[in-house]
Amino acid sequence: MARAAVLGRLNWRLGEVVELIDETPRVRSIVLDVPDWPGHRAGQHVDVRLTADDGYQAQRSYSIASAPEDRRVTLTVERLPDGEVSTYLVDDLRPGDALELRGPIGGYFAWEAAMGGPLLLVAGGSGIVPLMAMLRHRAVSVPPAAARLIYSSRMWEEIIYRDELERLAGQPDGPEVIHTLTRAQPPGWTGYARRVDSQMLAETVWSPSSMPATFVCGPTSFVEAVSHALVLLGHEAKHIKTERFGPTGG
Amino acid sequence: MAHVSRGFRGKRVDQRDESRLPPGQYLVEDFPVLSAGPTPYTSLEEWSFSITGDASESKTWSWEEFKALPSEDIRTDIHCVTKWSKLDTSWEGVSIDTLLEEVEHDATHVLAFCDGGYTTNLPLEDVVDGQAWIAFAYDGEDLEPEHGGPARLLVPHLYFWKSAKWVRGLRLMDGDEPGFWETYGYHMYGDPWREQRYSGD
Amino acid sequence: MDDADLRVDGNALAGVLGEVFVHEMTSARIACDGCGAVEPIGAEHAYMQAPGIVLRCLHCEDLLLVITRRGGRYRLGFKGSRWLQIG
Repeated sequence: MARAAVLGRLNWRLGEVVELIDETPRVRSIVLDVPDWPGHRAGQHVDVRLTADDGYQAQRSYSIASAPEDRRVTLTVERLPDGEVSTYLVDDLRPGDALELRGPIGGYFAWEAAMGGPLLLVAGGSGIVPLMAMLRHRAVSVPPAAARLIYSSRMWEEIIYRDELERLAGQPDGPEVIHTLTRAQPPGWTGYARRVDSQMLAETVWSPSSMPATFVCGPTSFVEAVSHALVLLGHEAKHIKTERFGPTGG
Repeated sequence: MAHVSRGFRGKRVDQRDESRLPPGQYLVEDFPVLSAGPTPYTSLEEWSFSITGDASESKTWSWEEFKALPSEDIRTDIHCVTKWSKLDTSWEGVSIDTLLEEVEHDATHVLAFCDGGYTTNLPLEDVVDGQAWIAFAYDGEDLEPEHGGPARLLVPHLYFWKSAKWVRGLRLMDGDEPGFWETYGYHMYGDPWREQRYSGD
Repeated sequence: MDDADLRVDGNALAGVLGEVFVHEMTSARIACDGCGAVEPIGAEHAYMQAPGIVLRCLHCEDLLLVITRRGGRYRLGFKGSRWLQIG
């Protein structure tokens, strides 16, 4: 378990938007160049602050999607129906814009390869973002810990990082990726087609005796149901780290 | 000032009538849910409302007794200390004047107490003379638990943290005592028109 | 809307606590005076949509920590927590 870090003051700084990637119809990744970025651990987040010209401000937290090894900082944001910040970030932001942020933040929900595995990741919707940083970090670490991702999405078109996950899973020593699609499935789908439940976890996770480092992220109700189910299956609560995103996933 | 984000406007609705907005507030059309803890769910069989005090007799109403009291329709603006305001909200409730009619007292202040442990303090003179109600309906429907149902205090001339959700009674006091948010630095009175958000404002 | 919709967890406090403490605080451990449970702040229940931030014990929902701020001044109320272990 990593020791808590002494950070010094957390300051706001400006990052420059260098690239925008449409991951799904509602989700966009924002790649930022952040001068003097101190580096981060997979799982950490940043606070983003928007200021209108009359001084009105809104602030939200977003998980860092990029691996610590990436010199750029990538955030992946889901546009929420009434989200004043997410709507701006997904619809309005352009390359060349500056974005005010501070971080990296958080030490409880973080993983690095030195912590060892096996690594068990359970994601609901946009909860995949910090877990993807962990998988991206794992992909460049040697030797890679065994890793398994259980990822719940509403439908095929809404799986964030879908192609990259397939590519990672196809590599030797790649992570096992198990999708479940809760609302609609493509023709010929043979995978899980329901919300994550005890039965699905019993069939897909390692036994508690393997003592996986477990990270669960997504909407609050998803995270609480999954961690509760894992505990009932015999997993120790202290090895399960959770990050709740609130009602709609960020 | 912080870096201005190109083109960012936020969720504010264009102010149609600036005179109705206290300083520092912005208008919203939804009804944000602010909460300091899990929603209590008290059944109507268990629910009661009490007026208590050291120097006065207590009086308690069951839900049935409470609903049998005369009630009023209230149409009012509400202002939250977190800066949103909502105009022309409609409620139905029992006036605190009606409840206090049945209790003899010489209190100067009240402390509202609620399921979940929340409290807030108010001067007595701010909850009488048609300024405050125990509201059980919002927008024509039973008040939802996340907005304070079955009943909440409604004191619209003060910041909305004083309109305590899940209210179960008023304790009559002969001096002012800070409630929950007041203990943690919020203003003892809370007049939005004088922008009394924090103590010392 | 159910209760889960109203809360997140102590990870959401990392930013504001990072303004006050030099240590990383989501891994700081806090002891509940109500039920005695000890957990990292990151795991506890956080209610962020209020005039202040409220941290409650994930086991018994008792109050652990209340944070209010006015500009650069922070008031931290530790009523309900027995101790906080940092570092």
